[in-house]
Amino acid sequence: MEIQKLEEIAKEMRIDIVKMIAEAGSGHPGGSLSCTDILCALYFGGVMRHNAENPDDPDRDRFILAKGHAAPAQYAALAHAGYFPREELATLRKLGTRLQGHPDCKLLPGVEVSTGSLGQGLSIAAGLAAGLRLAENDARVFCVLGDGECEEGQVWEASMFAVHQKLGNLVAIVDCNDLQIDGDIHDVVQTGDLAPKFEAFGWDVVEVDGHDMQALLDVLNACKAAGGEKPHMVMARTVKGKGVSFMENQAGWHGKAPNAEQTEAAIAELTR
Amino acid sequence: MVKFATPEQASQKKATRAAFGETLIELAQEGLPVVAVDADLSGSTTLAKFASSSEENAKRFFNCGIAEQNMVDVAAGLALAGNVAFSASFAVFGTGRAYDQIRNTVCYSGLDVKICPTHAGVSVGPDGGSHQMLEDVSLMRGLPGMTVLVPADYAAARAAIKLAAKTPGPVYVRLGRASVPCVYDSEVELEVGRAYVLREGSDVTIVANGIEIDEAMKAAGLLHEKGIEAEVIDAFCVKPLDGDTILASARKTGRVVVAEEHSVYGGLCSAVSELLAQNEPTPCEFVAMRDRFGKSGDMAELMRYFELDAQAIAEAVEKVIAR
Repeated sequence: MEIQKLEEIAKEMRIDIVKMIAEAGSGHPGGSLSCTDILCALYFGGVMRHNAENPDDPDRDRFILAKGHAAPAQYAALAHAGYFPREELATLRKLGTRLQGHPDCKLLPGVEVSTGSLGQGLSIAAGLAAGLRLAENDARVFCVLGDGECEEGQVWEASMFAVHQKLGNLVAIVDCNDLQIDGDIHDVVQTGDLAPKFEAFGWDVVEVDGHDMQALLDVLNACKAAGGEKPHMVMARTVKGKGVSFMENQAGWHGKAPNAEQTEAAIAELTR
Repeated sequence: MVKFATPEQASQKKATRAAFGETLIELAQEGLPVVAVDADLSGSTTLAKFASSSEENAKRFFNCGIAEQNMVDVAAGLALAGNVAFSASFAVFGTGRAYDQIRNTVCYSGLDVKICPTHAGVSVGPDGGSHQMLEDVSLMRGLPGMTVLVPADYAAARAAIKLAAKTPGPVYVRLGRASVPCVYDSEVELEVGRAYVLREGSDVTIVANGIEIDEAMKAAGLLHEKGIEAEVIDAFCVKPLDGDTILASARKTGRVVVAEEHSVYGGLCSAVSELLAQNEPTPCEFVAMRDRFGKSGDMAELMRYFELDAQAIAEAVEKVIAR
């Protein structure tokens, strides 16, 4: 697919994200908008093998959203791909919905595992990658985690395990938007530069502009094709709230819904 | 009808944990897609036996190092790939340290992960309070969709591990370190949701599980000498609890003592109390840990010190009869 077309889909996803969170009256716009381009590249850029008609296809590549609070971004991608009707996005977070506040695999096709408690997704992805290799299945596992999430010790337990097990079929992407609920991640607790840390653990680490669609495709496709004995870590530099200027780089928009006026302004800006 | 151990079998003591590795080998031989994870305790949990049993099983064993949180979620990932995943470590770490992983990933997603840690309860002995897990049944029983099994002996542990493998979704199997006498025939098969009457009696019902079964049977012997006939029920399946069997016995005897090597809060004592309070209010006494941590000592000393032994059960029976 042409880059322009992918950027168009990303824009539609962002509009869906803002609309569904506004309609729900709560949710996490900042971290959903920061990983939108990453998810768009994975789902629509030909990186991930997946099929909305057959979500349980054994040959599909697996996607795990470790930062489960960015569920609106995944819901926007799944709806756009045809896993469920787009109108259903308006039910986000409402009683009886399949679109829970954080992804629920028992309810929604296309969600591999329920997430929401930070720090767990990379371990699950590593176990799944080990399981696929055991089954001689060449599918890849893609996992998107947050940079704030890397404060969880379990992320580093998983990092050791993935390297020890030589999981070259695992591609992790850190959505490095530099913010967490209480502010700048470097002010909350000293995480330092994450890339050399993962490198020191033995990952194949590559950095990329997480909003440059072509660069994302190049890097993700390269990681997927590489396989090998090292797990792949993509450090995607992103902007929290990307695409909505008043949300960009504002920790306050981590978990807050826009009001009617803000929603209108956000959609107007995204539609331009 | 379950078969019980012959006197010869009963004299052979064996730890419930010893069934872990051996039963996984059996399950793998049956063709089940068994995988196992551990956290640097594979000798003690006996999973090393599984890992070293064949080249194929070596590939199906994952030592995660001292990282229990990762271990449980790796098991979750392996289950997502179509395996029946067994998770080990010691009960204090395999449940307590990894509670959020068991809750939010294994149970919330309803995965085929079987949490089977060893070294539960005070019977771990000299390692002391930090290692004596007495709240695990409470933690696991509170989780939606979790089946909870507390086997009494080696044969029951083997049966419980097989049940875990064949029961869809998350299952907890509590295994112990200490060698305990055999209660059941070595080929016994147990069912989820069933309790088993091990000894019939008309004066009092003793509901127990795990290593308290041996103590309960000994207590029944002591009570028999005093002319008191105790009915002993093995509630090895704490969840779902066999309400019919326990209620029928409580209606018959009118008095209940519950015994477990676990906190009085949230485990079998609570489960039986909830059942009786709702259906058949019956005087109860409890033999269990009372809002405290364990301490170092040998198993027999600790069972006496914390009043978890046959003598304590017999005293509780006399107390409930005197009420």
